[in-house]
Amino acid sequence: MFKVTAKNSRASKAGNPFRSSSSRRRFHDGLGTGLFAFFTYFILACVLGIIGKIVWDGAPVIFQDEAPFLNTDFFAKSPMTLHEFQNEERELIRLDQDDFVEFQKNNPEAVIVNEQTHSYSGGGILGPLVGTALLVLVCMLMALFVGISTAIYLVEYAGEGRFVSILRLAIMNLAGVPSIVFGLFGFAFFCLSPLFPVFTETPDWEKSLFAIPIWFTDGYFSFQGWGSSLIAGSATLAVMVLPVIVAACEESLKAVPKGFREASMALGATKWQCIRTAVLPYAVPGMLTASVLGITRVAGETAPIMFTAAVATKGKLPWQDAGGSGLSWLSNVLTQKVEALPYHIYNISKLPANQALDEMRYGAVLVFLLLVIGFALISVILRSHYRKKLKW
Amino acid sequence: MNESSKTPHGGKAIISIDDLSFSYDYGKTDVLRHISLDIPAGRVTAFIGPSGCGKSTLLRCLNRMNDLVDTAKITSGRIRILGQDIHAPDVEAIELRKHVGMLFQKYNPFPKSIYENVAYGLRVQGVKNKAILDQAVEESLQKAALWSEVKDRLDFSALGLSGGQQQRLCIARTIAVKPRIILMDEPCSALDPIATARIEELIAELHEDFTIVIVTHNMQQAARVSDQTAFFYLGELIEFDDTNTIFGNPKAKQTEDYISGRFG
Repeated sequence: MFKVTAKNSRASKAGNPFRSSSSRRRFHDGLGTGLFAFFTYFILACVLGIIGKIVWDGAPVIFQDEAPFLNTDFFAKSPMTLHEFQNEERELIRLDQDDFVEFQKNNPEAVIVNEQTHSYSGGGILGPLVGTALLVLVCMLMALFVGISTAIYLVEYAGEGRFVSILRLAIMNLAGVPSIVFGLFGFAFFCLSPLFPVFTETPDWEKSLFAIPIWFTDGYFSFQGWGSSLIAGSATLAVMVLPVIVAACEESLKAVPKGFREASMALGATKWQCIRTAVLPYAVPGMLTASVLGITRVAGETAPIMFTAAVATKGKLPWQDAGGSGLSWLSNVLTQKVEALPYHIYNISKLPANQALDEMRYGAVLVFLLLVIGFALISVILRSHYRKKLKW
Repeated sequence: MNESSKTPHGGKAIISIDDLSFSYDYGKTDVLRHISLDIPAGRVTAFIGPSGCGKSTLLRCLNRMNDLVDTAKITSGRIRILGQDIHAPDVEAIELRKHVGMLFQKYNPFPKSIYENVAYGLRVQGVKNKAILDQAVEESLQKAALWSEVKDRLDFSALGLSGGQQQRLCIARTIAVKPRIILMDEPCSALDPIATARIEELIAELHEDFTIVIVTHNMQQAARVSDQTAFFYLGELIEFDDTNTIFGNPKAKQTEDYISGRFG
């Protein structure tokens, strides 16, 4: 038998040739694994922390114990001033602006002591919610129309080449532009430049480049720029979301088997017939679902709408404020400023804190979060639905 | 010009290819070189040869399917179908394809109903009359030997059919447009032997009404279904003759080597 030396002692002592050779190596290995796992779970903790805090503080604002379990005032009223005062019995009373006016009218002799007013701390988020919904809707219509057209051109017509690569690169680069730059661009291009028409009976001749009278109405299409308005904000957001939409639509088009195109062309269809009947019907669901996700992202942007569309406070909803009828009503709705949820959150976050305002903040943020999650969910559900349905 | 490149029967040529060279890279390298070939009307002509020999490419030249490839270019020669040069400036590929139908390697019905699949070609040509469409769908499905199997479920998705049925549906879809010529690009390569046999039977029936050009990897299939066979190798037409001659007594050494399985 050979002598057990320090060198081979480990292997021979236990008779186990697979014993770990070095505790140091094992330690390093463990450290690496632990570190990677730590950062992963750290992110998870961040997400849970953020969402948890928002839900914890926001849920009491938008939900309530008794039916209908939803704080309807929060969704049915726009932001307004909160009046805080004590009555004869020194009870603390909080009333929204509209309720306060009502209260004073009904009880002219009521004693009001220590009255304090807190701006933006009362009411709800109806105005901002409606504004954001309209911004998203109009943005979606514009972005989908332009995005789908671009994707069809790139995939079906443009072919491959240096120029198309540069084109594609340019579109992709749009995604890297900071949102405030989009905001400034949108302000200069859509709001100020007289390239975009509004329909009005009284064109602003100082600003207007030219105006085309529309014969069946009293109005003109006046090229005087959109001004800071719903439509300008939507257009700015649409430009911003375009790279995402174009990429998503391109992918959806490419996912349609080449065989459909070949079969269609071989049956004597023109290129456009082929695209319309044998490609688009199978690509559109994918385009829509992917685009919804992209649009959710821009719905949360504040910078692009700050100059182009948003207003801090506004008495009425856009359609209540718009005068006229028919075309001029539509134009009036589209060319007025709107409140928007992200901008509203930004505004109320700047104000000095008080308890009521805090509730408004968390309520608004939670609704916003639910909205975004809702959109994402819709997109995921749609996608899995169509994946099952459109299989080939 | 090579003697064997004329119609073996001396019959009337419906497709006549003259000195055709073709490139997929703007003419840098030709994948087809100086092909001359006359395909007779009302018969089944098979293109055989090892992979990459250009037989599918040639087939796709015949209905200008290669127009869809940006880099494709005809570098010499011309193709005449029914006497008309198909690359003449006043020829529109879309009109040509109404007369020269095509069947693909992988059956590719649209994810529409069986009825809509067959009616597709007529619809894109602007036929809206329901009665005409109904009749065309029934006739085409009958000719494709599919009518009895699907007549009760015309509104069902075509993707619910078996592979062989889907390929026969594609045949019905092609013949609904009433082409003069049907090009088949390895129509059975994705099918099992029984489905293959049915397609081959169908080809035998169809060749009374249509001129059929079939590309196949399967030499037995070429021997079974075709009247004459063209053998291609490395982009060149090596031999074109009656199928019996090609398989029984080929003139070229390469043809003999290929059909006896020595390469390819």
